[in-house]
Amino acid sequence: MNRGTGGGFVAAGFSLLFFAFLFGPLIIMVITAFNSSSFPRITPWECFTTDWFGVLFGDNRLMGGLLNSLVIAVGVVAIAVPIGLAGALALSELGPKLRATLYTVLITPILIPGVVLGISTIVFWGALGRSVGAGYGSFFFNGMFLTLAGQVTFISAYAMLVFMARLQRFDPLLTEAALDLGATPGQAFRKILLPFLGPAIGSAAFLTFLASFENYNTTVFTILSDSTFTTALASKVRLGTDPSLSALAVIIIGITLIGAIVHEAHARRQEALRTGTAPRSRVYGNPVLKTLVHPLTVFILLAGAAGLAAYLGSQHDASACKAGILEEKRARQQQLLDEQRKRIEEQRKQAAPTAPSAAPGKASPSPFGGAFNPGSLAPNAAPAPAAEPPKSNSPFGGAFNPGELKPE
Amino acid sequence: MTSKDIVLDHVSIRFGHYTAVDNAHLKIKGGEFFSFLGPSGCGKTTLLRCISGFNDPTEGRVLIGTQDMKGIGPNKRPTALIFQNLALFPLMSVAENIAFPLEVRGVGKKDRLKRADELLEMIALPGVGGKKVHELSGGQRQRVAIARALAVEPDILLLDEPLSALDLKLRHHMRTELRAIQQRVGLTFIYITHDQGEALTMSDRVAVMNKGVIEQVDPPETIYNRPKTSFVASFVGETNAIEGKVASQTEGVVALDTQIGRLTGRAAGGRSYKSGDQCYLFIRPEQLKLSENQENTVSAQWIKEEFEGNSRQMFLDAKGVDLRLSRVNSGQSPEDLSGRSVSLGFAADQAIVLPHGDLAGA
Ligand SMILES: Nc1ncnc2c1ncn2[C@@H]1O[C@H](COP(=O)(O)OP(=O)(O)OP(=O)(O)O)[C@@H](O)[C@H]1O
Ligand SMILES: [Mg+2]
Repeated sequence: MNRGTGGGFVAAGFSLLFFAFLFGPLIIMVITAFNSSSFPRITPWECFTTDWFGVLFGDNRLMGGLLNSLVIAVGVVAIAVPIGLAGALALSELGPKLRATLYTVLITPILIPGVVLGISTIVFWGALGRSVGAGYGSFFFNGMFLTLAGQVTFISAYAMLVFMARLQRFDPLLTEAALDLGATPGQAFRKILLPFLGPAIGSAAFLTFLASFENYNTTVFTILSDSTFTTALASKVRLGTDPSLSALAVIIIGITLIGAIVHEAHARRQEALRTGTAPRSRVYGNPVLKTLVHPLTVFILLAGAAGLAAYLGSQHDASACKAGILEEKRARQQQLLDEQRKRIEEQRKQAAPTAPSAAPGKASPSPFGGAFNPGSLAPNAAPAPAAEPPKSNSPFGGAFNPGELKPE
Repeated sequence: MTSKDIVLDHVSIRFGHYTAVDNAHLKIKGGEFFSFLGPSGCGKTTLLRCISGFNDPTEGRVLIGTQDMKGIGPNKRPTALIFQNLALFPLMSVAENIAFPLEVRGVGKKDRLKRADELLEMIALPGVGGKKVHELSGGQRQRVAIARALAVEPDILLLDEPLSALDLKLRHHMRTELRAIQQRVGLTFIYITHDQGEALTMSDRVAVMNKGVIEQVDPPETIYNRPKTSFVASFVGETNAIEGKVASQTEGVVALDTQIGRLTGRAAGGRSYKSGDQCYLFIRPEQLKLSENQENTVSAQWIKEEFEGNSRQMFLDAKGVDLRLSRVNSGQSPEDLSGRSVSLGFAADQAIVLPHGDLAGA
């Protein structure tokens, strides 16, 4: 297909759909983070607010989990990367038969479901702990330790794969050359192999950090009564969602974007330096532009912009607008109540039964008379007669939302 | 015996049941330019790695100076190896590469970079120290590898086909340069190649290897003119090999019954043959003439002719035996012999008779 046959339109339409599918949810999520409505949604738009970020940071369980996650992730990186490196080096030294066997053994943890790993980690360390007579206060029964142990078992295999891929491109003659030139094996390792593996160490550290941070299947078992970011998030979602999760999404998307842009700046600069086109290029040849597109400058600029946005956001006060909305809602409720009262009076006058379901339908724009609006369930709102809480997204209709429980 | 001498004392190297080097026994003198010449896979690299200390001999000993090298690692030997693919460190600059041997010996940064500059001067590449290795041409890399190997002044420089990746012209240039460097620094050079031209032009002595066995160790001229085995005769230089049975031998002259009649040649190295021995007669293309000779005359059919600039190569068929004749280009077009039957002749003392054995490329 080509432009002449209209293929261009199809292709463009397809790409558009594709990107809408890919980014639509993210964009909607970002917008909902700034709507004061206590359920994440775009319409009706109530007020522009940054309060959900405050709600997010005020969530102790989530923040505690975040800290735990970070501690565990750093621990996993510190343990899994050296183990993975050692495994990859061992494999590269072995004969083909032994290598195949050992490879299978080392790679198995990736193939085992995380749930199984999680349970077996508890069982193993628990049994070990009991056999040495350790009490429940010992590290054998510590959620943080168990999570670290459980995650390391399979995450080090990821690290190993990264190192193996890099090692395959290493010319072992370089090590021999170093030895021949008088280097000790230790020097050859430090000065030749390790610098070659440098990029792989970086990516392995990044990969293991992310794998640890986002892990749920194993962690949900091994963390025991503690919680990590993922487990705290999961239990929060289970209890009904509010826009503070959207706020979290905004932060994560922001960090990802900054990371991606800085990385891209770094990659382009490296490329220009490597191919030696830098002095001739329009961007890298110009001293001002050169400093401007330096990854560090890019990072500082972006981080500064994010910081500014955060500061401005924290200064924003939506309480006036919110009060207005609340007033509106009260008025609407009052109106509904009045109508109700009128109807009841009329009914009493006529003393003839009417189909109850038809009545509110006419008065309210929604068939449920606004019952879905969690705001209408605020404690001081008198329940409308038709408001037998129907199938809300959460059985508690957002009653657990921390924002909802704030004193008015 | 000086510290730069190398003795291979009945060295054999085996990988499992495969014998890569079989009973190598020779002495390389200090300051000598010594080449190992042999076809691919004959065990040259294996032998060199054994001298450098990367694999131990299965049998026998390697001595450098008077010291047995057993158990002494490659980093403790007074040898420097220039690898077949050079093995320059790609992440380091040229100067860092050259200074590496000094760095691992704890020489300070300033001193070692100064030495690197000196060496760059010596290999006629001043000012490239800051470049990355991949920014250099093949010939420049070559010289950098040599400079790196010379940085700590080893006693013995081992070179594993270092010129094989270069184009013809650069190769010729580097040959001269290597030879000049060797004479200037006075090291023992052990040079490996499968290119006989390289071995013959540069070396003081050449060892010809075949299937792990060292067949002959001699100066280049002797190797070329007086090969000791049929492999050496056929591997070094172009030659015609004619198979036959010994009919008789009178003093140094052997008469051979071959497919193309009775031919005579001299017995190599004063050998004496019994009548009926299977032998080869070797005659170089440039010794074969387009005229009858009273000692040896062969009639053959013209097949094709190739012009090579300084010479013409004529390919002929004599009753199923391929022959090759080389004529110096005199500047005038010779008589056109296309498709004709011609008579060839050669003198008996230009031909050598050697016992039946491996032929190169066969
Ligand atoms: N580590 C090893 N294990 C098993 N066999 C080996 C090993 N190293 C070399 N060989 C074998 O020994 C023989 C000689 O190898 P070597 O590398 O010495 O050849 P070479 O003469 O250097 O050839 P080339 O001119 O192609 O470099 C080859 O047949 C090779 O297969
Ligand atoms: Mg080789």
